[in-house]
Amino acid sequence: MSSKPVLSVKNVAVAYKIRGGEIEAVQDVSFDIPRGGSQGIVGESGCGKSTISWAIVNFLGSNGYVKRGSIKFQGQEMVGKEGEELRRLRGDQIAMVFQDPMQALNPSMTLGSQMKEVLTVHRNMSGKEAEVRCIEMLERVYMPDAANVMKRYPHQISGGQQQRVVIATALLTNPALLIMDEPTTALDVTVEATVLDLIAELRREFDTAIMYISHNLGVVARVCDHVGVMYAGEMVERGTVEEIYKNPTHPYTQGLIRCVPKLGADKASSVLYPIRGRVPPPNNRPVGCIFGPRCDYRQVKCEEERPALRQFPNGQSVRCHFAEEVDWRAWKPTADVLPPQIATKTGQTPILQVDGLQKYYTAQGGSIRDIMGLNKPRYVKALEHASFSVPKGSTLGIVGESGCGKSTLIKTIIGLEGSTAGDAQFLGVDITTHLSERDESTIRELQMVFQNPDSTMNPSYTVGQQIGRPMARFKTVPKNQIRAEVVKLLKAVRLGENYIDRLPSQLSGGEKQRVGIARALASSPDLVLCDEPVSALDVSVQAAVLNLLLELQAENETTMLFIAHDLSVVRFFSDYVAVMYLGQVMELGPAEAIYAPPYHPYTEALLSAVPIPDPSAQQKRIRLEGNVPSAISPPSGCRFHTRCPRKQLLSDNGQICETTAPPWQNVASEHHILCHIPKEKLIEFEPVIREA
Amino acid sequence: MTVTQPILGSTLPKRPSAIQRAWESFAIVFDSTVGTVGVAMVAFWISVALISLVWTPYPANATDFIQNESPTLTHPLGTDHLGRDSLSRLMVGTQVILVKTRLPDELFGYTLPFGDWPMPVGVAIWGVLGSLTLGSLLGLMAGYQGGWHDTIIMQILDALIAFPRIVLYLVVISAMGQGDLVVILAITITGAPGVARLVRSLAMDIKTRDYIRAAETRGESVWYIMFWEILPNARGPLLVDGMLRVGYAIFAIGTLGFLGIGLPPPDPDWGNMVNEARPFIFVTPWPVIWPSIAIASLVIGLNLFADGYREELTRYQK
Repeated sequence: MSSKPVLSVKNVAVAYKIRGGEIEAVQDVSFDIPRGGSQGIVGESGCGKSTISWAIVNFLGSNGYVKRGSIKFQGQEMVGKEGEELRRLRGDQIAMVFQDPMQALNPSMTLGSQMKEVLTVHRNMSGKEAEVRCIEMLERVYMPDAANVMKRYPHQISGGQQQRVVIATALLTNPALLIMDEPTTALDVTVEATVLDLIAELRREFDTAIMYISHNLGVVARVCDHVGVMYAGEMVERGTVEEIYKNPTHPYTQGLIRCVPKLGADKASSVLYPIRGRVPPPNNRPVGCIFGPRCDYRQVKCEEERPALRQFPNGQSVRCHFAEEVDWRAWKPTADVLPPQIATKTGQTPILQVDGLQKYYTAQGGSIRDIMGLNKPRYVKALEHASFSVPKGSTLGIVGESGCGKSTLIKTIIGLEGSTAGDAQFLGVDITTHLSERDESTIRELQMVFQNPDSTMNPSYTVGQQIGRPMARFKTVPKNQIRAEVVKLLKAVRLGENYIDRLPSQLSGGEKQRVGIARALASSPDLVLCDEPVSALDVSVQAAVLNLLLELQAENETTMLFIAHDLSVVRFFSDYVAVMYLGQVMELGPAEAIYAPPYHPYTEALLSAVPIPDPSAQQKRIRLEGNVPSAISPPSGCRFHTRCPRKQLLSDNGQICETTAPPWQNVASEHHILCHIPKEKLIEFEPVIREA
Repeated sequence: MTVTQPILGSTLPKRPSAIQRAWESFAIVFDSTVGTVGVAMVAFWISVALISLVWTPYPANATDFIQNESPTLTHPLGTDHLGRDSLSRLMVGTQVILVKTRLPDELFGYTLPFGDWPMPVGVAIWGVLGSLTLGSLLGLMAGYQGGWHDTIIMQILDALIAFPRIVLYLVVISAMGQGDLVVILAITITGAPGVARLVRSLAMDIKTRDYIRAAETRGESVWYIMFWEILPNARGPLLVDGMLRVGYAIFAIGTLGFLGIGLPPPDPDWGNMVNEARPFIFVTPWPVIWPSIAIASLVIGLNLFADGYREELTRYQK
């Protein structure tokens, strides 16, 4: 490591001017990144992670400014730099990669011309020379058919490829510093895994310093050597990846690690511990230690004096008065965060039975022949074949990449869409029809919890009105008792009685999600369908909401279908898991069986892509090529054959997969795999993850 | 089950009353200078209209011997060609726009029981309320239900928009005769397509939200979803649009009055005042100038009000 850091951030505070004052979004952050080093920044939303990266390149907008401290880039002071000088550095010496590649790329220019622009502007290269460099760079980020990609427009390549182009563009000038702000958050796990591999590899090859911002501890563990944990505008802990994950010292870091489920952990054997309370808003931070009100180790000193970041002999820095005394292993949950113990449920009478359920959408073509109805209609085969049954009181988790038909399946079951073929029965009642053709009692028994807390509640009505509506609608509760019943439900989702008159704009994301759950439960349904109920929430809140769902499920014997893209969450929450690929259930069985061999090759690939917040764990590296194929013309035979990394195991090298649909194999009681590879071979697969 | 999680929020403040909340959501307009000026201008004309109900310097139709007089102490704004006091006429002219609507003695052959009693709230405001109601209904059907509802409704409204406004007014009035209610109807019909387009685009956005899915999974009727789930969330933009439309309606009434087919006599109406005084414009310009200023200031006031309100509304949305 060279003596002089590429980026040196010292005691930086960033403030935004607002009407009637200003707020300090970032209060005191310091870190150095040496040449070739990579610094991860983790923390929940609203902790000031992105603000720091904007401060470095002065993207703070007209009302933001660096209030204190200094940011030195290769020895030059960046604070106060503007105009031409700053423009020269941006894009040349400092490159940035953001979350959404579609917004980083100009949709009206070919990829080639926007990549070449970087070189012709910053390096005065000729167009020819630049073209050659760009193709070289695209090949280094493993872009297939690089020369051809140069001529395409952003919408013609997939999201993962777009992010590769953005990364390649960022690296073209061989920048000294690369700032990445959640570059994989918008991508599927499988794509995320390949992009993370790429970043880790490029870090070794290029001598670039990387600042990597993420909310996901697992992702940071995979690509960084140092981590800084941010909380409410302060850096509370900083150290090497190994130290932080093995020996988290600040109570907040410990809380973060405790509240995410480990891959393979389930609700019977492990518990999630949410951090109590929430991140204080920047204009209302406590006087003493910012984390104080949420801390288990709080003492009088913490309320009076704000702790400073202190460095320890092992190189770790911690902002805590009592860092030496806080022992990570001796921690015991206090009563108020202690979650319920719940056993996994299996083998009761099925409440929902689905057999070969299918949903095709008609694809409207744009040609005159299409509009006149002369062409044969084409179908988007969103859901091809789903068969499973769910026992009463248990949870079926559904996993798969985006575009695999998970949401279509749920929409078809609840009746927002009518199915096109197959059979589905709920308590013996046929539910293949659209909701408008079902009778009242069936509608009442099926309810849904939604993903986005900001749109799950109608902004015009109070919490009480929204929870009370299903009761009034289904007349389950007499009119004059609705209010009392709503209060009861609010208590059940751990919200106080005075939430009843609040509007959604006055609630936090977690609170809104709780109200959404209460509303779904208001008609006391037997089956609740959860479409990514926690994926938009911060990890500490996510743990609390998951615990709440578990508790309510145990109380009311509710059956649940649970979609999530996070495989650890699904494993933790579900009794049964169905793995879906391109509208087809590929593997179905009890949760513990799905997460251990024998695997379906697709399940194996999904599992090996999950970022694990433990740098010492050994994870098998299986990467899927390409994307989920189009649902208009899915591959023949086995739908997964175009991407299957395991089909060589077959004697005919997988030719049968291209022509014949695979059979269901019963590998254990209740555990089914849809694959040509014989189960004896599937059992021989090694487990994907081995913990050190 | 062991210990449950704690109940949150036992120390939350009480929710303010409905009137207080309505006032608070209105009061944001005072954060904008432009909006405050607009509110002041509109408030001025509303108070003029209210005062004129109980007091004017002279009766509006009383004539004096001095005709076409420039402003003097006895007639602060002068008199018109018949010697009527311009100030009194200007004040009374505000009434029918903002605070009262005269009902005919009989409607469709039935004698109305109200006699000479006018309906409260002026023609411009009733007309705008009419177009907001009709436009919202059509816009919600087109935007939420989509498909052939959308195609048919929007085709018809587009055809309506294609007509010049004045022609539409003339069609309505020549079919139904003169009267306050007919002017209201004309404003309703000409305004509805614009409102429908606005509501349609809002509904198409709002219907993608999860709370609409939640209502659908409860098996709510289409009408419930349109009017109870979608419409309340369109109220901000609708309110702003409505205020702008009151301005257009005042213009429309002025135009119709000027053409002599607007609000029926004997009450003065600003457009009609301009028209009557027009031949004498070179004798004395005042009787033309005052109603023109009145129309302009009221319309500008409403526009500023709407602009300021919209500005503050978008600021508070985030």
